[in-house]
Amino acid sequence: MGRYIVRRLIQSVPILLIVSLISFGIMKLVPGDPAIVIGGPSASAAEIEAIRKNLGLDRPFHVQLGVFYWNLLQGDLGRSLLLGKPVLEAVFERAPITVSISIYSLILTIVFGIAIGILAALRQNTWIDQVATTFALIGVSLPNFWLGLVMIVLFSVHLGWLPTNGYVEFSTDPWRWFRHATMPATALAMLQIGLLARITRSTMLETLRQDYIRTARAKGLPEWKVVAKHAMANVMIPVVTVIGIILSVLISGSVVIESVFSVHGIGSLLGNAILRRDYTMIQGGLLFVAAALMLLNILVDILYAWFDPRVRYDAGK
Amino acid sequence: MDAHDEAVKPRRTPFWRTSTFRRLIRHRSFMIGLVLFGFVLSLAVFAWWIAPNDPNRTAIRIRFRPPQLDRVLLLGTDNLGRNLLSRVVHGAQLSLMIGLGVVILNAVFGVLLGAVAGYFRKLDGPMMRLADALMAFPSILLAIGIAAALGPSAWTAVIALSVVYIPRTARIVRASVLVVREMEFVQAARAAGAGDWRIISRHIMPNCMAPLIVQLSFIFAYAVLSEAVLSFLGLGAPPSIPSWGTMISEGRTYIREAAWLTVVPGCAIAITVLGLNLMGDGLRDVLDPRLKVEQG
Repeated sequence: MGRYIVRRLIQSVPILLIVSLISFGIMKLVPGDPAIVIGGPSASAAEIEAIRKNLGLDRPFHVQLGVFYWNLLQGDLGRSLLLGKPVLEAVFERAPITVSISIYSLILTIVFGIAIGILAALRQNTWIDQVATTFALIGVSLPNFWLGLVMIVLFSVHLGWLPTNGYVEFSTDPWRWFRHATMPATALAMLQIGLLARITRSTMLETLRQDYIRTARAKGLPEWKVVAKHAMANVMIPVVTVIGIILSVLISGSVVIESVFSVHGIGSLLGNAILRRDYTMIQGGLLFVAAALMLLNILVDILYAWFDPRVRYDAGK
Repeated sequence: MDAHDEAVKPRRTPFWRTSTFRRLIRHRSFMIGLVLFGFVLSLAVFAWWIAPNDPNRTAIRIRFRPPQLDRVLLLGTDNLGRNLLSRVVHGAQLSLMIGLGVVILNAVFGVLLGAVAGYFRKLDGPMMRLADALMAFPSILLAIGIAAALGPSAWTAVIALSVVYIPRTARIVRASVLVVREMEFVQAARAAGAGDWRIISRHIMPNCMAPLIVQLSFIFAYAVLSEAVLSFLGLGAPPSIPSWGTMISEGRTYIREAAWLTVVPGCAIAITVLGLNLMGDGLRDVLDPRLKVEQG
């Protein structure tokens, strides 16, 4: 197991290197001179020169790259042009909000996704299955930011059940946190619930056809035991593998969802940086998010290998 | 064409007489999806006939008219008195064009890169690491970053979304190429002296089409959804071109008093994506049932 973890970490080094190169390259995509774009139409020549100098754009490409990596090695992702503080500091300030909503959303996804998927599989071709699969399909087809807006109209404007926007920290007041986080978390979870329900349903159907399930039934085990003990073990495998994808989609979705609900997490931090062309923030933020997701994915893989020893041997080949 | 190719070439049956086609038209999800998608497609194709007037024509006197049973005001008007029906059907054009653009770029580059990575083993490692790196970024976030850097436009959206999805397509193509290249008929072609490109294009690729087609239908759906996100954030087409995402973003300000401005374009997106997803499900069931477990 230890060897597997080491191998997995070593494998991630070249990918992380390319990820950092891509983040660095994004600023190079800006057509023309980024300093002029950042300065805006009203900036004077001196101001543009100052921006260029500040970002090191006046230096040769290889020096810029060298400086970027030298800073990166010291844990410096640059300084936000807009906020005037280090990118990492800004990200860490906002992270707890996005993380808490994401965890809430992940819990909703796992609980409802798996439950709907299993229910549909166990009642295959009945009306329950029809309703569940239709729900899952609609879930993967709705734009989440639109769903968020519709929920605001329904639950805040008309019914007055939940606040339209804002955020309260869990540690300050768990109940108010729950009221503020429920709509963003649900809007984010909808797509994933659909996705996970579809995967769970098809895996469950596949598993229930296996010989060992027939054996379990033949030896007289009650059906709930067959499903809960024997089938579930195999159903969980693809579920664990998609958790990494789910986390990635959650972070993606948070950019728009946080803007819809005026929640000031990492998503809205990056969204604002993008709209106001704060390139250092975009660069550093993207790199941070990608690296964090990669680490989470490695963690998921390790858990996966822990649960399913076959993976360790396969990966070693 | 070589003599040996001439000899082994099977007689082609027209597509509509194949069993695949028959199974497709009997597949309920596929047909429902086809109807939904066909509906949106015909809106886009006949936009100039269906739309009552110019989608950008403002008429302040009739602003905020709710949807009603009227040929012109069927979907109502927005904050500037622009006709919502006109804007929705023209928005269909943009969404489908961007979706199609992403699908075409994916088909070309995804296949090319996937085939090269799967066939030439030495290139496999570096190319797949690059794909892994691109896939390490949350998809929409990367698209937003690229679109922001390149500056908002419809082309930018196509390029940004293609960069995001091509690695995923290439991975799927590569996986099928890895299987097919070990098959006997490929070895036979190699023994007969066929070159690498000939083997890839004539012998391997035709046998890798099923998962590719399924993947492309889902990518079309993702592209329509993601384009809406980009336009919603102001990173898609310029405001002069009606786009569903932009319409939702503009309607958002008036969501309390004029909810239809947000609801209508959202439904348009949902119908399109639902249609494409249903078609994708059908294609997957018929062409490549093995994918079912992996994709749900």
